[in-house]
Amino acid sequence: MSMGNGLPEVNGHRTTAFLTDSTLCIGCKACEVACKEWNGIDADGLEWSGHSYDNTGAVGASTWRHVKFVEHEPIAGSGGNAADLNSWGFSSDVCKHCEVAGCLEACPTGAIVRTEFGGVYVQPDVCNGCAYCVVACPFGVVQKNKDDGRAFKCTFCYDRQKAGLKPACAKACPTESIQFGEIESLRRDAQERLRELHNRGMTDAQLYDPKETSVGGIHAFFIVRGDPKQYNLPPKPEVPTVYLREGWKASAIGSGLLVAGALLAFLSSPKKGRSGRR
Amino acid sequence: MSADPFISHQPRTPDAASEARLLEIRKEAEQQGKVKDGGIHPQGAPFPVASPETGYYGIHLLKEPQWTPDIPLYFFAGGAAGSAAVIGAMADWVGKDPELARSARWIAFGGVLASSALLIHDLGKPERFLNMLRVFKIQSPMSVGAWTLAAFGGSATASFFAKAAEKRFGSRFPVNVIGNMGQFFSALLGLPLHNYTGVLIGATAIPVWNKNIQTLPIHFGASGVQAGVSLLELMGHSNSRALNLLGIGSALWESWEGAHLETRGGEELRPLKRGLSGWTTRAGGLLSGPGALVLRLLASATNGTKSQNLRRAAATCGVLGSLLTRFGWVGAGNASARDWRLPLEIPKNPVTEDGAGENKQAASESLHIRAS
Repeated sequence: MSMGNGLPEVNGHRTTAFLTDSTLCIGCKACEVACKEWNGIDADGLEWSGHSYDNTGAVGASTWRHVKFVEHEPIAGSGGNAADLNSWGFSSDVCKHCEVAGCLEACPTGAIVRTEFGGVYVQPDVCNGCAYCVVACPFGVVQKNKDDGRAFKCTFCYDRQKAGLKPACAKACPTESIQFGEIESLRRDAQERLRELHNRGMTDAQLYDPKETSVGGIHAFFIVRGDPKQYNLPPKPEVPTVYLREGWKASAIGSGLLVAGALLAFLSSPKKGRSGRR
Repeated sequence: MSADPFISHQPRTPDAASEARLLEIRKEAEQQGKVKDGGIHPQGAPFPVASPETGYYGIHLLKEPQWTPDIPLYFFAGGAAGSAAVIGAMADWVGKDPELARSARWIAFGGVLASSALLIHDLGKPERFLNMLRVFKIQSPMSVGAWTLAAFGGSATASFFAKAAEKRFGSRFPVNVIGNMGQFFSALLGLPLHNYTGVLIGATAIPVWNKNIQTLPIHFGASGVQAGVSLLELMGHSNSRALNLLGIGSALWESWEGAHLETRGGEELRPLKRGLSGWTTRAGGLLSGPGALVLRLLASATNGTKSQNLRRAAATCGVLGSLLTRFGWVGAGNASARDWRLPLEIPKNPVTEDGAGENKQAASESLHIRAS
């Protein structure tokens, strides 16, 4: 998909991405608010989980950006915005816009498409609410709105990108924790930032961008300190299409067994089943 | 003392025990310089935390399947309809049993009507089902299944009405051709329809489902055959030897599947063995596996009314077993999605095994309820 200038392109457009740098996040939730306002999403309420300052828990049908608050007893090299502050980390979570997206592959209506910017977009006028994408997402992002009946998730601000603008969350972020740009240059920025953090003593800083699994990389990667598991980032996300071959093979074997079984059963039984065994 | 130790600030009457305890604390403080016990733990303690060992406060990262009970009911109806179409065609072509074939057409046609109604009800609006037929995507089992059901529906309906017309008005062109073509295609499409739902749930991110992708389609297929055979028997074909053989075959498979699940370990399989989903799956497996098998074997060893009654009992087991199997597996998927450890590959801590796990489960559930 390269167009000669070294930048990955989809139909002549630049492939864009998010780099969310948790070491810059101050947990202000401006991204959550900006996302809700721009996209017109229902409020989640202001009830607290009781665990932390987190009041939304996870991304979902009505939460397309979600700030995680990783708080625990001081553990050296875990979370935090500075080498000596190691017990409180914030990270703004979002749809990963996978290179090979489980939701997109699973969608039976064609409602979920890849945009010219490389993002994964659910067309609300096509979605029929079958909820198959919900179980196909290895990151637990897309969710059916029970009142509306259709599935929703981050649109990567497709409308704003078409107008040449940054997504709302990136624009509202006051610390540049959410960076938006061309995917490969952001990946280079991420490596540079990691070197800088390591030089400043934050040797546990790492980039979460699972390229080696079947999702083949993501368009929203994260710099986090410590184990990504504490941010609910799975170590080995797999796109469920990897199970198809085995599944259909078993289906074919099962069908063969039924045909063979029925043939044997009727061949070995006296004709006119009604006479039975009498 | 209040019955509930978590409720604090209750006015109390001092007694010998309470005063002795206070003196004990004083003594401990004097001798040790500090006191070990930290007071009464509030409800829910110890609170979940975010860490490499506990994930993100034990909040599950996978989303629960959002299917209504319509979906497991559809798995049952579709499985029975698909199997019945195959069995009916075989009864007609090989078994020379037109009555059995006719009953099978009833099940196929009725099953398609029920399936469509259930799927449309799950989607909320009838026109939404049409969006399923907008595109065909080979990589989406949901798309393959929707097309299979639609094509099967057409064939089963055509053969049902054409064969009924043939019976009433005699075999005439083109009704006989429509009837035979419908029967052929409903049998052909009945094959994927009877077991594709195993692929549908197996090819997902839900651990308990995708861990069983190799056997789920055959398991769901056998469950469909069991349901189809049982319904045919309950419709008055309880003396067909071929049906009993098919029932024995599928009950054997279901028994093997049950043993296969029970003898394998692994955290991913827990929802099939514990909790409501576990006992539903087990009950379904026992009814359609060993339960139906024993009754069918007894039926073939006896004669007359006794044999018939045993066959009807086996058929009842088969229908109930198939229904419970579908609900059990869908329920297991819900439980599996809530197990926050699995996608994070965090093994269960043998020391805190259940206690801490339940707390986190409860915490993540309370969050889920609030969010919905």
